[in-house]
Amino acid sequence: MQRKFLMSLAAGTAVLFSTAPQAAEITGAGATFPAPIYAKWADSYQKATGNKINYQSIGSGGGIKQIVAKTVDFGASDMPLKPEQLEKDGLMQFPTVIGGVVPVLNVPGIKPGELKLTGPLLADIFLGKIVKWNDKAIAELNPKVQLPDSPIGVVRRADGSGTSFIFTNYLSKVSEEWKSKVGEGTAVQWPVGLGGKGNEGVAAFVQRLPGSLGYVEYAYAKQNKMTFALMQNAAGNFVSPDDLTFKAAASGADWKGDFYEILTNQKGKDAWPISGATFILMQKTQNKPEQGAEAIKFFAWAYKNGGKEALDLDYVPMPDAVVKLVGTAWGNVKDASGKAVWSGK
Amino acid sequence: MTRFFALATLLLLVGILVSLVDGAMPALEKFGSAFLWTGDWNPPAERFGALIPIYGTLATSLVALVIAVPVSFGIALFLTELAPPWLRRPLGIAIELLAGIPSIVYGMWGLLVFAPIFAEYVQPALASSLGQVPVLGALFQGAPMGIGILSAGVILAVMTIPFIASVMRDVFEVTPAMLKESAYGLGATTWEVVWNIVLPYTKVGVVGGIMLGLGRALGETMAVTFLIGNMNFFNGFSLFLPGNSIASALANEFAEAESPIYTASLIELGLILFFITLVVLTLSKLLLLKLSGREGLKT
Repeated sequence: MQRKFLMSLAAGTAVLFSTAPQAAEITGAGATFPAPIYAKWADSYQKATGNKINYQSIGSGGGIKQIVAKTVDFGASDMPLKPEQLEKDGLMQFPTVIGGVVPVLNVPGIKPGELKLTGPLLADIFLGKIVKWNDKAIAELNPKVQLPDSPIGVVRRADGSGTSFIFTNYLSKVSEEWKSKVGEGTAVQWPVGLGGKGNEGVAAFVQRLPGSLGYVEYAYAKQNKMTFALMQNAAGNFVSPDDLTFKAAASGADWKGDFYEILTNQKGKDAWPISGATFILMQKTQNKPEQGAEAIKFFAWAYKNGGKEALDLDYVPMPDAVVKLVGTAWGNVKDASGKAVWSGK
Repeated sequence: MTRFFALATLLLLVGILVSLVDGAMPALEKFGSAFLWTGDWNPPAERFGALIPIYGTLATSLVALVIAVPVSFGIALFLTELAPPWLRRPLGIAIELLAGIPSIVYGMWGLLVFAPIFAEYVQPALASSLGQVPVLGALFQGAPMGIGILSAGVILAVMTIPFIASVMRDVFEVTPAMLKESAYGLGATTWEVVWNIVLPYTKVGVVGGIMLGLGRALGETMAVTFLIGNMNFFNGFSLFLPGNSIASALANEFAEAESPIYTASLIELGLILFFITLVVLTLSKLLLLKLSGREGLKT
């Protein structure tokens, strides 16, 4: 009986190996924000090539730790690493998809896209300096909107998150006071407001408490049909959050060799001011060059074939110009002897 | 063999303690004892202090006990002394089942169902009644949002009641019938029997049950995270205000804490929770010792 079992097992393994002779298995870990699209890409990629990608969404902080410790083939982070830090840990990074952070509110009578806000105004609200909806600063900007005489209930993330990083990075860029008092990060010391856990926590608070204002990931605001506000961008235009304005933010950016670029407050006339890309981190010197090559192959495939799937899930694919730059940067991923692991095919 | 297992538990405990201290070392060195009484929790500036989470942990647990102990006592009393026999078993099982509900379910229920009701009916009522009492009233001020230390405490009470109530019921049941019958024979009322016979006879078990509940309240994570508001800023003593607890801060921030001092500070929070639990257990043991020391004295 046992022998029979063993034999069938052996046969099964043989079949497995013969159908997929060089099926590679790549592991990655990190950010939760792009996890749905990485999972979708991994699934399609496996169908197309037979190669398997395991992605664990353990959070950006965890992803950085794992790739530094070399326990995974790639790490993922919503926050790009500074060039010095990349240098120190021997890493390289590249952006995969773009997303945006959207201010959402719940004021009876105000419809999606009706309310206009500016960056400094948003900073003052989150600093607790503007506390009422009918404050002069908001009223002047929105002469046609009926604003209630009620307190603004600020809602923000309680957990550390890339969404908060993009949001606080933006507020730091547009408000000196925010920069000196609060600063930017995945978690900061919020002066006011309720902390919801995850996008769903913030959304639940905003939808439930009349008079509240929070911020969530674009996909979350769209799928839940939440009331969003228009934002004034760096060019002075009021824009609405969608894939076009996110893409405009990415095209306007000056992507340097190390891709340390945060897409907030970008110059383009249509750019959504609170945009951000999510990043992949890889070791520059690969202990296992085949694994490194397979990981790059997966992302090259995703840039080429994954655009529609990204849009379906409300992420925005990278502009072609950026993809080209990433292709060049991949040349820096080398094996121990200094030979590039990926030939471009 | 049994000794091995007993020692293994101890070893495990020491191991946890050692690894917590080791992980918290950078924070211990940088902030020293000031970590305990600084109310600053500012990741970008890398300034950390545990006062707010410590306060939130103790305040929510205290609120939970203030509600859960009398209610559990009532439940246990009803189940052992007053309920008709046919009702005891189903009711007892129902209460024990409550203990089996995952805490995330309590959290979601608390956020989506309990909090709106609490904000609309309970908090305004509390503010206009208890809120008018001098001194105590300071605890019931502010906007009724349904989120905050009080809401978290109430949910914790609901979660600890099954533990405390079932332990209390079990120990009440072991009170010798002879003692109770004798008291009844002397003309004692049900209340007098419970207060003067059952409770003194079972106090060790009752305190144990309360400690079990308190242990759960101190370490509870998910349900608290959803309801406490996660505010690392001290705005006043009102229980209506959002706060933060140690377990909730850990659950929220650990995954994205990338700088070494941030991680170390979070681990130190874990260490503090460990000590709070230890102190609570020690205090309860001392209480029991003191109680048994007075045994036989006339009161």
